[in-house]
Amino acid sequence: MEILHNLILGFGVAVSPINLFYCLIGCLLGTLIGVLPGIGPVATIAMLLPITFNLNPTSALIMLSGIYYGAQYGGSTTAILVNIPGESSSVVTCLDGYQMARQGRAGPALAIAAIGSFFAGCAATLLIAFAAPPLAEVALKFGPAEYFSLMVLGLVAATVLAHGSLIKAIAMVILGLLLGIAGTDVNSGVLRFTFDIPELSDGIGFVVVAMGMFGTAEIIANLEMKEKREIFTATLKTLFPTKQDWKRSWQPILRGTALGSFLGILPGGGALLASFGAYTLEKKISKYSHEFGKGAIEGVAGPESANNAGAQTSFIPMLTLGIPGNAVMALMIGALMIQGIAPGPQVMNEKPELFWGLIASMWVGNLMLVVLNLPLIGMWIKLLSVPYRYLYPSILVFMAIGVYSLSNNAFDVLIMAVFGILGYLCVKLECEPAPMILGFILGPLMEENLRRAMLLSRGDPFVFVTKPISAGFIFASVILLIIVALPNIRKKRDEAFAAEET
Amino acid sequence: MKIKSPKDFWAGVMFIAFGGFAVAWSMTHYQMGTAVRMGPGYFPVMLGGLLVVLGLATLLAALAMDGPPVPQFHFRPLLLISLGCVAYGYLMKPLGLILATVALVFISAFGGHEFKWKEVLILSVILVLFSVLVFVKGLTLPFPICPQFIETCPIR
Repeated sequence: MEILHNLILGFGVAVSPINLFYCLIGCLLGTLIGVLPGIGPVATIAMLLPITFNLNPTSALIMLSGIYYGAQYGGSTTAILVNIPGESSSVVTCLDGYQMARQGRAGPALAIAAIGSFFAGCAATLLIAFAAPPLAEVALKFGPAEYFSLMVLGLVAATVLAHGSLIKAIAMVILGLLLGIAGTDVNSGVLRFTFDIPELSDGIGFVVVAMGMFGTAEIIANLEMKEKREIFTATLKTLFPTKQDWKRSWQPILRGTALGSFLGILPGGGALLASFGAYTLEKKISKYSHEFGKGAIEGVAGPESANNAGAQTSFIPMLTLGIPGNAVMALMIGALMIQGIAPGPQVMNEKPELFWGLIASMWVGNLMLVVLNLPLIGMWIKLLSVPYRYLYPSILVFMAIGVYSLSNNAFDVLIMAVFGILGYLCVKLECEPAPMILGFILGPLMEENLRRAMLLSRGDPFVFVTKPISAGFIFASVILLIIVALPNIRKKRDEAFAAEET
Repeated sequence: MKIKSPKDFWAGVMFIAFGGFAVAWSMTHYQMGTAVRMGPGYFPVMLGGLLVVLGLATLLAALAMDGPPVPQFHFRPLLLISLGCVAYGYLMKPLGLILATVALVFISAFGGHEFKWKEVLILSVILVLFSVLVFVKGLTLPFPICPQFIETCPIR
């Protein structure tokens, strides 16, 4: 009954007025940026990171995680009503959600998306509560070799997520690792790749890189396109799904939750992978598969449940191993470090109120989102009619403030601009920034663990395959690479991403 | 030799450039060490080498297989958005938050499709107010609000 005891502790923390307040702020902000295309949770959390310095660690994490799962709710609203993914993970919701809206069934689509997300959120919260403690226990036994191999697996998984060429995705990971190790080498004290610039001696800040690659680069790329948005609002007659809708949805919601939870735990996974996986699965096994793309409610219920489940279970590797599975989790680790908490399996024992409070707040936040979202849909839609030419200078101002306040230094803003240009180049050359960011975060950790492992094994590189746990991770990475490289699966993967582009 | 897939070709060139630089710079500046006791140069040389290999693979594949062209670059937003951010950073200390924000909003607005003086002016006023009230007053970020040369600033 330890879990029960822990959950009670967590809820005690989560429902304290101050934490409820920050949870609400996080959920509202998350929904807001989820609704708005062109700004995602990564940029938002990065912007708010310096501000969380003034909060206590629990409130800070509760607010930041609210942004991430809140964005999954908001993203579906835009996808269904406007046929634009407000969030990358709601790309597949556009396919059937928008068709439902055109048939005058926007209400049920929105309601099923919200209810599916809520169910998935509850299930994922429970899953974290049950799975995290034993995992953390295992993780405490990990040595440097195991950590290194686990990170290899995470990076390989990240390349699977990327579009297009596998080689380019792997190259981006390596580029990220290289950029990540710039700064003072912890072992020798040597300054690497700093070119006598004092500001670089602590390395390039992760927030700065993320804002450049995901923030400014995105804005520059968006400005190329002429503004064009039609909003489909005339049809919000009833919110309630019919009996038929329920009958067709409950299974996809269950399946989406299960699949999403699983894909979220994988390193490199998270909401995006989960929603794609769920859509493909539903299309395959539904008896209404001919209706997919023409407004099948399963195509909304499955992926929307999956992306919320995935968003939440991606906290598991972060909380138990201290390893970020995606860019958002990397920011969470950044938030912990700002507070002076070293992420890793020990957090659970040393800071139980933070750990369990965060988990309980996810459930509270999900409840808030369902209650808030459906009545507030009208307001979110109005926000969509704000033209981009007001939006992007505002986003830029917030990003610039966030980056400048990191160390009150203009140099950080300069670096952000440089990474914005690099990010734009990557967009043009079809090189995905997400794997690079993951490499960037893991760079120093990987080098450190590689060095330690090699020192312990006296320079024997086979240590990674002779230790059983480490060998398991390496084996899984190889299998994953082979699977993705196989022509048949490649085609499937390309199809999944092609669907995104249309 | 004909470049059949320009996108991949230039991506390959980019990877080779980054990787090659990392290898050359690390070899000449940092100690390699041995596998048991890795020096500061070991890991970067490994990564750089791997990046060059992957870049070469991308580049060679681009010569063999057809692929999409590189889409056109739009330099106006690229330059103006970047410039706006840099201006904000470097104007903050001498000119203060208000003028830096105005500069960022105006420069970046020039990068868009439409530029209407009145709209941009109103937008910058709103953003200045918001920044001052929320970030400086509310969250107590230590930003200078007014330019350095104005000694008696009405808002502190």
